[in-house]
Amino acid sequence: MTELSQSNTASRSLAAERARKVKAGLRRRHMTEKIFRGLGIAAIVAALGFVALLFTDVLSKGIPAFTQANLHLEVAYDPAIIKLTPAPVREVGQSDAGFEQANLKWRSSLVLLNWNKVLEVAMRKSAPADYDIDTRQLLTIPETNARHILRERYVEDPGLLGKTISIDLVASANVDNWVKGNIDRDLPDAQQQLGADARALTDFFAENGTLTKDFATGIFTNVDSRAAPASAGLAGAFMGSVYMMLVVIILAVPIGVASAIYLEEFAKKSRLTDIIEVNINNLAAVPSIVFGLLGAAVFINFFHLPISAPLVGGMVLTLMTLPTIIIATRAALQSVSPALRQAALGLGASRTQMVFHHVLPVTFPSILTATIIGVAQALGETAPLLLIGMNAFVASVPASPLDQATALPVQIFLWNGNENRNFFEARTSAAIMVLLGLMILLNAIAIFLRTRLERRA
Amino acid sequence: MDVMAGKVKMTQTTVESAMNPTDAPDRSIRIQAQDVKVHYGAKEALHGVSIEIPDRAVTSFIGPSGCGKSTFLRCINRMNDTIEGARVEGLIKLDGEDIYDPSLDVVELRARIGMVFQKPNPFPKSIYENVAYGPKIHGIATSRTDLDEIVVSSLRRAGLFEEVKDRLNEPGTGLSGGQQQRLCIARAMAVGPEVILMDEPCSALDPIATAIIEELIDELRANYTIVIVTHSMQQAARVSQKTAFFHLGNLIEEGVTEDIFTNPINKQTQDYIMGRIG
Repeated sequence: MTELSQSNTASRSLAAERARKVKAGLRRRHMTEKIFRGLGIAAIVAALGFVALLFTDVLSKGIPAFTQANLHLEVAYDPAIIKLTPAPVREVGQSDAGFEQANLKWRSSLVLLNWNKVLEVAMRKSAPADYDIDTRQLLTIPETNARHILRERYVEDPGLLGKTISIDLVASANVDNWVKGNIDRDLPDAQQQLGADARALTDFFAENGTLTKDFATGIFTNVDSRAAPASAGLAGAFMGSVYMMLVVIILAVPIGVASAIYLEEFAKKSRLTDIIEVNINNLAAVPSIVFGLLGAAVFINFFHLPISAPLVGGMVLTLMTLPTIIIATRAALQSVSPALRQAALGLGASRTQMVFHHVLPVTFPSILTATIIGVAQALGETAPLLLIGMNAFVASVPASPLDQATALPVQIFLWNGNENRNFFEARTSAAIMVLLGLMILLNAIAIFLRTRLERRA
Repeated sequence: MDVMAGKVKMTQTTVESAMNPTDAPDRSIRIQAQDVKVHYGAKEALHGVSIEIPDRAVTSFIGPSGCGKSTFLRCINRMNDTIEGARVEGLIKLDGEDIYDPSLDVVELRARIGMVFQKPNPFPKSIYENVAYGPKIHGIATSRTDLDEIVVSSLRRAGLFEEVKDRLNEPGTGLSGGQQQRLCIARAMAVGPEVILMDEPCSALDPIATAIIEELIDELRANYTIVIVTHSMQQAARVSQKTAFFHLGNLIEEGVTEDIFTNPINKQTQDYIMGRIG
């Protein structure tokens, strides 16, 4: 009896000892967990903080660029200034070449006319009576392309001669800076971008409604410009990027997906496929600028494809995107459950039927996502494009993938380096917003397609 | 070895005589395996199995995990071909024809020998599509009405039709485990196979679903040659007419189910049945 109770007490104290040890360990375990959780939360907060910082910076700088100082002028096409014979009309019996020559002569005399005078008259009309400002300073207020715009309006409609019409003109970048307060108004005259008289007149225009800040459609519709920075836009770069994306989608997606399917589903595992696999994985880690060098050496120097062309850019980006797509597609194929494959094979489906009827449909959403992520990555790539001449200044919208063009990220790079900092800082951020918008759109399409396809499956 | 062969021979004669001849008209041997060895890479998983599988009867393979019974089952419709590094030696004949003959098309073979797997694995498609897929790829059904008929009759034979007739267009993955397995059986039957291999078809199912499947297997043996791998000795005893006991990659003993369970000749079989190994 006593023996039993003794052993009972002994075992009880042993159990208490064990419980105490477990408890001590528990405290340590909970502590570790708490520390880990804390670190995790801190990491997420830091990451979100950086993203928030980036977005606030881009948005706060970029949003003002979507409004721009515009001048609303009453322009008189005064015959006293525009002394011009009427546009040549084709005479009976005149040869093509003869008519062409007459036309050319007419156009060059048109260019030689003093369109700045027309502009000056219109501006002085809106200024206070007898305002004392010299012509040179006065003409720093509208953007330098204003005279071309006036001329083009006339060429479009020669009937304007002798009439007065109201025309909206973009104000110069310096005026835009002044109006938006991008330059310190208290700086001494020597450090100001505009002359004193021009500054005063700008303020007057802003007050009497001649100058207003309107939505800057030019950002979307115009091409890049150096002579007239206020009219610089993204249209060329945007189209360049769109063409490159098309090239990447047309080339990289079928090639990448087909290679992945072959390697994963059909190729016999051998030394060769092992080597290929290692190389594909290594290619994914190759710096993108190396692909640019390759593109310059192979596509441009060897195949003599045009320089600065979206086609070549797209091909270089294809090379860069292929490993991403192949690796992601293979991973997707590997994740398909063996049960599904066995079900198909067990029924007597051939390998091809198994792949195309059963494996691909279930992996399609992940392949699609991988593809769009790859394309989005390519869309944001800059370095390889610099090496194939896509950082050239191109002042036209490419009409085909073979025309010279630049791309959105390259445009951001170029604008960021522009010497008119206080104007182009906003433009750069605006371009970043357009690029991010395009990427968000792409990702949204990916998510939309993915959920749709998954629901159907 | 000689003694062993003699035993096998003896049990076979008992199989022939013990089976009720009225149970099924054709009692001939359907599948013949001679000295089948399987290697996975360098490892030999099956050390020479010889067995004959009778027509229109249920043959069950029993044995502890890793004994090679599933491996051998998968040799019969050449599913081992799909495993990287698997190599099969020996001879397996279906109706006297070598199924490993290079001139034989494995796709055609699998149309003749259907398979049901351990875990129900319906395609992530509709119930109808699941059953119709086999006839479609083999070009068995020439018209939509033919296909409808095959689907309905297969589902009927699998005892599933009444339960799913109103939702044929709903996904097969939405059915219960037992229903899914019967769907897989219907899918296998839709191709019109002569032999159906079942690899532990009830191991993922509850007892009620298991009972339904066992009943179904019992009905199907009138028209099909069925080979079933099972972990459950009770199941083997309930559904099969012939039983083969595998252990460590060897076929230890085979014979009429009743004999194997009540009067095993080999010591290892006895131990397994008594629950001492496995």
